[in-house]
Amino acid sequence: MRSTRRDFINKMLILAGYTISLSISKLSAANWLASDFRHQAINTTLAELFPDKTLQTSDKIHLKLPRTAENGSVVPITITSSIENIDTVYILSEKNPVPLIAKFSLNPDLETFIGARFKMKETCDVIVIVKAEEQYYQTRQKVKVTLGGCGG
Amino acid sequence: MSTIKIRSKRLDDYTLVRTLIAHPMETGKRKNEETGELVPAHFIQTLTFAHNNKVMSECQMGFGVSKNPFFSFRLKSAQAGDTVTISWHDNLGYHERKEHIIQ
Repeated sequence: MRSTRRDFINKMLILAGYTISLSISKLSAANWLASDFRHQAINTTLAELFPDKTLQTSDKIHLKLPRTAENGSVVPITITSSIENIDTVYILSEKNPVPLIAKFSLNPDLETFIGARFKMKETCDVIVIVKAEEQYYQTRQKVKVTLGGCGG
Repeated sequence: MSTIKIRSKRLDDYTLVRTLIAHPMETGKRKNEETGELVPAHFIQTLTFAHNNKVMSECQMGFGVSKNPFFSFRLKSAQAGDTVTISWHDNLGYHERKEHIIQ
């Protein structure tokens, strides 16, 4: 009798702990994924973010980026696109220690327009990838960086 | 003092919403010039932009975003008196939310 009660309580505790940890992990997953923002090479990031996906190069994504950024710690970018139904936009900088800069979800009530400012470590390509109707499109543009802006 | 500034402008085709957040966005790689110690990473991880309590955009970011992050969005249709809300959470658990009424 005693052992059953003990077992029962133990099971309860394990179950409770499990549910709590599960809900916490779910919450954090919904918010921010550390794995997306790892220190790694661009190819690894691309392979992890878009496994088995074809990234079609598109000229329908328009980037407004400086040709030369004098200060790599503040590079302004404006993204617009004529592709319909874009729901996610990714900004990546090829040679940053953490290539993924930001990922935006877009509600259909928003125009496909994002303005932001980001850091670039050195001269490289800025890659913008958009997702629309489960298709992925990308475009890239080279930015020359005079003074790097990562670390210091 | 709120760290979030929001500005909006109603134009013919869309409403431009711009936001500026005062935040250090530390990478964790920078050294304190006096002590030579690394400044711990401190950066915004998620930003949510809502219009009349409806989420318009959720942004996940790393420390690749500049210090004092700036973002702009265009709402397809917004009326005077509508509210836009910006909220952020950072890696140290700080968070802030601000509402703005479109004029």
